[in-house]
Amino acid sequence: METKATPSSLSDVANANKARKQPGSGALGVGLEARGIHAWFGDKLVLRDISLDFWSGTVTALIGPSGCGKSTFIRTLNRMHEFIPGAAMAGEVLLNGQDIYEQGTDVTKIRLKVGMVFQKPNPFPSMTIADNVLAGLKLAQLKSENKDDLLEECLERAGLWNEVKDRLSAYGGSLSGGQQQRLCIARSLAVRPEVLLMDEPCSALDPGSTLKIEETIQHLSSSMTIIIVTHNMQQAARVSDYTGFFLSDGGPGELVEVGPTSEIFSRPKDIRTENYVTGRFG
Amino acid sequence: MRKPAWHKNHLVNTTTPGANSAIFPISTPEKREITTKPRFSDKVFRGVATVGGLSSLVILGLILIFLGYQGFQVLRSEGFGFITGSNWQVMQDNAGNTDLSASSFGIAAMLVGTLLCAALAVLIAVPISVLCALYLTFYAPQFLKKIMVAIIDLMAAFPSILFGMWGFFILMPHVEYWAKLIHKYFGWFPLFKMDVPVFTRSPFVAGVVLAIMIIPIITSVSREIFSQTPLDRVQAAYALGATRWSMIRAVVIPYGKSGVVGGAMLGLGRAMGETVAVYTVLNLVYQINWQVLIGAGGNVASMILLKFGEAGPTETRALMAAGLVLFLLTLLVNSIANTIVSRTGGKGR
Repeated sequence: METKATPSSLSDVANANKARKQPGSGALGVGLEARGIHAWFGDKLVLRDISLDFWSGTVTALIGPSGCGKSTFIRTLNRMHEFIPGAAMAGEVLLNGQDIYEQGTDVTKIRLKVGMVFQKPNPFPSMTIADNVLAGLKLAQLKSENKDDLLEECLERAGLWNEVKDRLSAYGGSLSGGQQQRLCIARSLAVRPEVLLMDEPCSALDPGSTLKIEETIQHLSSSMTIIIVTHNMQQAARVSDYTGFFLSDGGPGELVEVGPTSEIFSRPKDIRTENYVTGRFG
Repeated sequence: MRKPAWHKNHLVNTTTPGANSAIFPISTPEKREITTKPRFSDKVFRGVATVGGLSSLVILGLILIFLGYQGFQVLRSEGFGFITGSNWQVMQDNAGNTDLSASSFGIAAMLVGTLLCAALAVLIAVPISVLCALYLTFYAPQFLKKIMVAIIDLMAAFPSILFGMWGFFILMPHVEYWAKLIHKYFGWFPLFKMDVPVFTRSPFVAGVVLAIMIIPIITSVSREIFSQTPLDRVQAAYALGATRWSMIRAVVIPYGKSGVVGGAMLGLGRAMGETVAVYTVLNLVYQINWQVLIGAGGNVASMILLKFGEAGPTETRALMAAGLVLFLLTLLVNSIANTIVSRTGGKGR
């Protein structure tokens, strides 16, 4: 395949990605729905009226310039937003039709179903590789029938098993950055989430590790809903089925356009999206 | 993927050091001395900082020399008996001068008492302080947190005689009840045996008073380290469905462990050196006693305070020697603690 270093190659990449997917392997029904999400930090409105559906079995990429509220948005999807002092939100997030912000909801159960991978790899340094993967079970006080099988399965799915199977009792901090990030993915998988949120998971990694993580995302996407925030448009084109473009003109961030990735990168409807994906700003 | 056209040229033009060395032998150059010329202002400040830094060391050294010089005579005549014997007797000859060879100075009971009270204080204070620090860091509402932190800092600066008076007037009248309770349920443990039914002025009372005195220090140190727990690890735990308690257990405790140990050691140092508060509530007896509930204990610092006023020249020297031993003991305990901290500190960080 010929790849040119021009912005138009993004649509080629996106089309190639689309062609590789088996027909019918896409949407399995709505997994997660965001309805009219607004978010504030203190008195400052940072997100205005975001509504987005995320389908099971698909990867949705959220792109946009820095400070447009992408990360804030995905943090509202598993209620990590409320950790920031002064943070507030409006709207609802439906997981299998149930509002996760409903009064009386046990927030820990929500976070078990909607897992998250952070920008900076953050394995627990006091735990071994094996303990890191199984940390979620302990933290959420879950029981597992066969921990060894679960450990292998999660590391396998995160594409790390072959590299660490001989040193499962080494400390998590002894791995390279890319391996640590895949360890974090494995750790998220161990509690069997339905949705996986990834907040710029590759921005701290080298290209080789990035490629591995992208392969991992491709593998996982058949069985779960994945939402990935990325600054790398090539990455969005390579891994996602749908792309949402966020933009802020100094005020609150808004969702400009969302659609199948191949269309966002080849025939965007909005001129601002076109300017962004063709590299005219941002 | 087709290689770009420049790729080939690039290879040809490349000269690596390895390729060169085959043709021209390379001589390794001398290492250069790297220097800088500091500005005048920098020199001045460097001098001031050096004086400040060394002065504490000099003061400490002078105290050590003074104590050693004063105590040397007594230490030489007593030998190891000074720290293994428990007899403190000043004998005078007919002329009224102190007879060093007939007198005996031994502070074993005082040393044991010092360690016993201090250890008891740390054992009581650490769990309370850690819980307090966790509450303040993770549970307390903002306004209460501010008030409590102010009060705890104030407590750290409280005159120790007030703690001693609290122990004497408030704790002591009730200590019989507590001592009997502890004896009833933990009497099987040697430390909590009770051969004589004397409850007041016991090492237990002193330990409780000391515990209250060191809680503020351990709490502030622990709170400081807990609040520095890296946010990304805290978030990682929450994102895995952790409850607050399981997050604290998996992330905060492993991270803060060494800091808590460090705080406990600071507290231990203070408890070992505390004089007035212990003097107020402890019955000094020149006999080694491990049973903390009985009203007979020892404490080096309090003994010095007790004897100092009426001591003759030789006894004063003996007290200096006792001070030297306490100084060295504190140093020893602190360095052991430092070793423990550096051994356990690595993991979890």
